[in-house]
This record gives sequence, structure tokens and C-alpha cells, in this order.
Amino acid sequence: MSTIDVNGKQIEVDEEGYLANLNDWEPAVAEVMAAAEDQELTDEHWDIINFLREYYEEYQIAPAVRVLTKAVGKKLGKEKGNSKYLYELFPYGPGKQACKYAGLPKPTGCV
Amino acid sequence: MADYEVPETHEFPIIPSIMEGAMAHSSPFVAGEEFQSDMGFPSPEEPGQLIDGWHEKFLELMKDKLSKYRSLQVFMDICVKCGACTDKCHYFIGTADPKNMPVARQDLLRKVYRRYFTFAGKYFPKLVGAVDLTEDVIHQMYSYYHQCSECRRCAVFCPFGIDTAEVTMAARDMLAQIGMGQKYSNQIIPKVHKIGNNLGLPEPALADTLEGLEEEVEDDIGVKVRFPLDEKGAEILMVTPSADFFAEPHIDGLIGYGKVFHAAGVTWTLSSKASEAANFGLFIGNYEHMRQISLRIRDAAKELGVKRIIFGECGHAWRVAYNHLNTLAGPWDFLDQNYPIPQHILEFTKDCLDRGILNIDKSENDHMTLTFHDSCNIARASRIGDTPGSQFTTPREVIQAVCNNYHDMSQDTIFDQTFCCGGGGGLLTDDLMELRIKGALPRMEALKNVSKDHGVTHMAAICAICKSQFTKVLPYYGMTMDQIVSVHQLVSNAIILEGQGEEAEDSDDTDDEAA
Repeated sequence: MSTIDVNGKQIEVDEEGYLANLNDWEPAVAEVMAAAEDQELTDEHWDIINFLREYYEEYQIAPAVRVLTKAVGKKLGKEKGNSKYLYELFPYGPGKQACKYAGLPKPTGCV
Repeated sequence: MADYEVPETHEFPIIPSIMEGAMAHSSPFVAGEEFQSDMGFPSPEEPGQLIDGWHEKFLELMKDKLSKYRSLQVFMDICVKCGACTDKCHYFIGTADPKNMPVARQDLLRKVYRRYFTFAGKYFPKLVGAVDLTEDVIHQMYSYYHQCSECRRCAVFCPFGIDTAEVTMAARDMLAQIGMGQKYSNQIIPKVHKIGNNLGLPEPALADTLEGLEEEVEDDIGVKVRFPLDEKGAEILMVTPSADFFAEPHIDGLIGYGKVFHAAGVTWTLSSKASEAANFGLFIGNYEHMRQISLRIRDAAKELGVKRIIFGECGHAWRVAYNHLNTLAGPWDFLDQNYPIPQHILEFTKDCLDRGILNIDKSENDHMTLTFHDSCNIARASRIGDTPGSQFTTPREVIQAVCNNYHDMSQDTIFDQTFCCGGGGGLLTDDLMELRIKGALPRMEALKNVSKDHGVTHMAAICAICKSQFTKVLPYYGMTMDQIVSVHQLVSNAIILEGQGEEAEDSDDTDDEAA
């Protein structure tokens, strides 16, 4: 299994770069993953990552797109409560890229 | 967007000059031990290897399949290499790899069949193009049987009716059983068995999502439309792909189903146990998994005491349901026999439209000009209604009943000649992105041309895979992800419910008052 280097620690990831063990997550993991994709993490990104982690904690699954956009809309204003805003932040798709940074498993299925 | 070479689109389809080995590198991730064992499949001692005794095991499995499925035996024997299928596959058109000509892809298995199961191949292999089963052959099979979306377009043109999909399914199942299962499908199926759906969306998350949806719809139109979960005694069990809960534009289709049921005044429920219409058992050619997945629907229907089962917008789910549900999970004698078992949501909606019980304002969709993408599994394996060809007419009639502007794509890309979206049959995974982009070429070309010639702005689909695939690949072809819509999203836009638009203060009515 491949690993990523997070502050000198070797952390296991699967073939697609998602954490093998969800408990290995720490903020630096997100930074390292984002840097590898030339993606800067701003406060706006962290709002999403933190929400994903909270939701996962409660429901053991990433939130559906509408659940996420609704939560973002409530927190950051209606004009940001849509998937366009999320795709601007995470061009590879909020479902996949943001989940990866947040240390969540990749959503599977017809999505 | 990651960098991929995107094929050029043209005004007319062009058959590419062949490029030997162009896609030989394409291969999805092999399922690791955890996923193989969840599926009851063996794993090799070392990742990337085959299991001990793979050679004998593969031939044993093949012998078993040939005796069980007469169709496979016939397909192995009957091909005369006429070439009618060669330019009909979207993956060949998009990749130019000659092994993606359906005849050549099938021949990967056929050559082995000849070597071990025919007289000529056993004694004069070179004369009949028979080859030994080697590791190299196995790896080629793994690569190219995951460059077939089991869409069956080639079968439409085959004078013998050879069904490539069936060959692909048989090959994939044998590969899985010698340690080469595909990660994407093998990761998903155990989630269906354990949690109820492909996503692994547990009941509390599903309940929360549906509750949020009720709020959203009420905020939007001022009517409380219900999205019930596990409600015993409801008349209809709605079985829909879990992507409908999760992704866009799928969820807008789900909202459409809810509004139609609301307006029709029927009671309905989703089930947390059968919270998935998809049946990836079909994709991997494994009868037992396909059966287990189907039985969940039976169990849910019995537990909830429903009288009818309706399927949502999902292509291959409808293929399994329409063709096999009775064999896999019947008899359905406990359901109301006055209705089709199972029924497609479009049939339900069309009936409501025909009876005039839906209040429709078509102008709500005037900002779009639509076209319709026939999903392969529905187009070539089923009907939506009880007349031949209803799988083509029903969706178009529903779209045109709720939209003023509609135009079909080129005739040789629709109806039973429709092209796969490029992501069907268990290939909707990021590790096959290059293949997905290239395989979408014929559909993207037809869409671009109808947009140019007739001002089409949006394409409607009735399959979760098609919707997700187009969302991903449209941008590579210079279009935008929101150009793909659900058919019931269009219904949702146009339908006017009783009380809609009035101030929303007295919205705690029950679900069937509106009828």
C-alpha cells in the first residue's frame, strides 16, 4: 500500500489517494494532499472540510450534495449555497476531492 | 479537470483508422483481498498475482458456464467474422483500439474456448486461431472486458444476434473467481448487502437527507411534499438508485417523483433496506449476487406491506427488474395484480398525464430546449409500457408533455441504436476516466450537432450512471455539467401542485390531501 509523508510520518493511502485508516487524519493530511494537487486551502475550503468531518462523525457517510449546499448556504449566505460554489473550491468535485482532503472514504456507486 | 486527450467531434461520425494497442494500458484497479473476500471471491497470496491453480479453475468455470448458459455456447461457436459490429462500439470509435471492436474483444475468450473446447482447436490450434490460456491472455481479458459497458449496441447490428454483453459478463465473473475482481464493483456490492445501497448510506443519513429535501421543497413551492421512508402500509414501494438521494441532477428527479405521487394522491414509501435500485450483480455477471440484491426488494415489499413496486430512473436496474425480477425474487403474488409488476416511474407519470390529473405549466421549462438520451439498458432490453417501442415513446411523450421545446438527436444515435454514455456496465469509476471520456465521443458529437442545428441546450436522461457520467465528461467536450437533467426534474419544474405559490403558512396537510 502506498503512503504519503505528513510531517515525517508515513500515512497509508489507497490506490486513489484516500486515507486507508480514517483515524490517521489530522489537518496536516489535508494540507499535504492539497499541495500534491496544487490546491491552496483557504478558510473557505476549511469550512467545507470541517463540515464534512462533522457530518461523517454523526452519520458515517459523506453528506449528499444538497445537504452540503444547504449547510453552506446557511452558514455562508444563500449565494454560496449551490454546487457551483463548491466546484469553484474543489474543481475535481466536492464529493470526491473534498472528501479525500477531509479523510473520508470515497463515495461509491453511481455518483 | 485532469488532462486527458479528448477526441475531436465532427459534423458527421468518422470511423477511426485503427491504432493497435491504443488502450492496452487501460485497466481498472483490481479488488484487494478485503473486497474479494466480502464477495466470496478468492484472493492471490501476492497482490497483482493470480490464485494458485488459476488455469484449471478458469477452464472449469468456463465449462460450467458453457453448460449452464446455452447462449454463451452459441455465441462462442457462431461468429462468422462478418465485421458488422466492428464500427458500432463507442469505445472503438473513441479509442481506435482494434481490440475494442466487439468481435475482437469477444475473441479474447473465443480463442481460449476454441483451444480447450473444440476438436480443431485442441489438435490444430494455429489453423483456427486458438490460443493457450496464459497470464498474458488473462490480463488482456481484464483490460478489455473492462472496456465494454455491456450496452449491446453491437448486438443490434450482429446478423446472428450475438450478445457481447453476455460474453463480457461471463468473462468478468470467471476473472473475479480467479482473483481478479474489479475494485469498483466489488466494493459496492457488499455495501448493498450490508447497508442497503451502493453508497453505503445508512438509515439515519437517508432519513436526514429526505427530511432536508421536504424542507427544501416546502421552502421552494410552499407545499409540503412528503418523501416517506419505511412507512408500513403505503401503497407503493419506490425503489430508486441511491444516487437520487446524493447527487445532482439525480435529486431533482427524486423531487419530481415525490411531486407526481403527491399530485396523484397515492401513498408511497422508500425503504432503507432496499434503498437502491441498481444491481451491480448484472455488471459482474454473477447470478447469486444479482439474486441476493433482488431479494432485498422482495423482503422490503413484504415487510412494508405494499401493493405495488415502482422503479425510479436507473437504466440497468430497469433491465434487471423488467426482465428478471420474477425469476430472481418472485412470485409476486402478494402484490396487486392489476398493476404492472414492477412498474417504471415514467409509466406511472405518463398515465397521470394521460388521465389529466397533473396540472402542468410547460412554460416553466421554456428556458431550455431538450433532447433525450436513450439509456442503453432500457432501450435495448425492456419496455416502459405494454407496447413494443414504448421504452422510446414513453420518455419522449412525458418530456413533451412538460416542455415546449424538444428535438431528437441524429436517428442513428437514438432508440435502439443509442450510444452508451461511456460509463455504464460498472465502468463509472475514476480509474477509467480516459476510457469514459473517449467512449462518450459518439454521444457528445450527436449532442453538439443537435445543439448547433436545433438550438438544444439540455439533454435529459433516465439513468443514474448516464447522469453522473455526463456531469463529468460534458466539460471535457466544451459543454457544461448542468446541461444534463433528469426527466422527472423537467416534470418537477412544470407541475403545479394544489396550494403552490400561495403563502406557505398552513402547510401541515397530509400527503394525499392534494388529490
